[in-house]
Amino acid sequence: MKRIILFLMVLLFSSTASSVTVEVYEFTDKQHESLYKKMITELRCLVCQNQNLADSNAELAVDLRAKTYKLVTEDKTEQEIINWMTEKYGDFVLYKPQLNSKTYLLWGGPFLLGFLSIIGLIIFVKKQKTTVEIEPEDLKKAQELLK
Amino acid sequence: MKKLIPFVLFMILMLLLYIGLSLDPKEVPSPFINKPAPEFATYDLYKNDIKISKQKMLGQVWLLNVFASWCYSCRAEHQVITEFTKNHQTVVIGLNYKDATEDAKEWLKQYGNPYDFVAVDKDGDIGIEYGVYGVPETFIIDKKGIVRHKNIGPVNRDSLQQTIIPLVKKLEAE
Repeated sequence: MKRIILFLMVLLFSSTASSVTVEVYEFTDKQHESLYKKMITELRCLVCQNQNLADSNAELAVDLRAKTYKLVTEDKTEQEIINWMTEKYGDFVLYKPQLNSKTYLLWGGPFLLGFLSIIGLIIFVKKQKTTVEIEPEDLKKAQELLK
Repeated sequence: MKKLIPFVLFMILMLLLYIGLSLDPKEVPSPFINKPAPEFATYDLYKNDIKISKQKMLGQVWLLNVFASWCYSCRAEHQVITEFTKNHQTVVIGLNYKDATEDAKEWLKQYGNPYDFVAVDKDGDIGIEYGVYGVPETFIIDKKGIVRHKNIGPVNRDSLQQTIIPLVKKLEAE
């Protein structure tokens, strides 16, 4: 039993070890470290496209991590790093698109859809409520039948 | 009228799918188009005393072709670039991206060297400045040092004839 537990634990750790990035950077400032970690998870590796810089071992990702480290230790802010990256690789490098004229529809779309569906719902409900007009003759007939 | 609504919705969906499928996710639009090319200064692969920089290239139209000996698709492209340099006077600078000096020299010996200069970018710093993410890439830079076109991936005969040559001719006449 113990062996099985040990084996499972080894399995668990082996899977986490493979996702850890190779190079180790030393930070003297805690804020730098957290910003670095935040940036590399939010920036896309352009070679592999569906991985962020933190998860990728492509050479470009290694280089861009080094660049991010350099920018962070130079006391650059998050926005400055984002600007630096988008200047070179375009908005595509960001997993979270910035709000600008090109992305208004992307950010506003869900709200717009929600708004439109609420209007649609109101119209639908109102239509359901309207009572059906019954012709006076029909009403008379019905009343006579019910007598 | 009621029957028309699903049809219109269907057409809108088709249009969106068509746009979505016709986009190539591998081709990231370069943010450099119509912006000044990044500054760089390096030396020539063969003559270390020859300095190559953006400043020196001002006043003429030039091509920056990013290549490396480890890049397979560069080999096919190399023939097309060589053809271009044979028929055109335009300066073509090869940017030897993240390559070992000896490997690069060996590669150029084997496949021929069509470049006017071979700029060395051993650590890939210039590549990062130019937003290079996949070798080969080719930039067309005008007389004022502004990037006018970027070809991502290998230049083939079609893109050479249809895009690059007409644009270079137009820019040289400017």
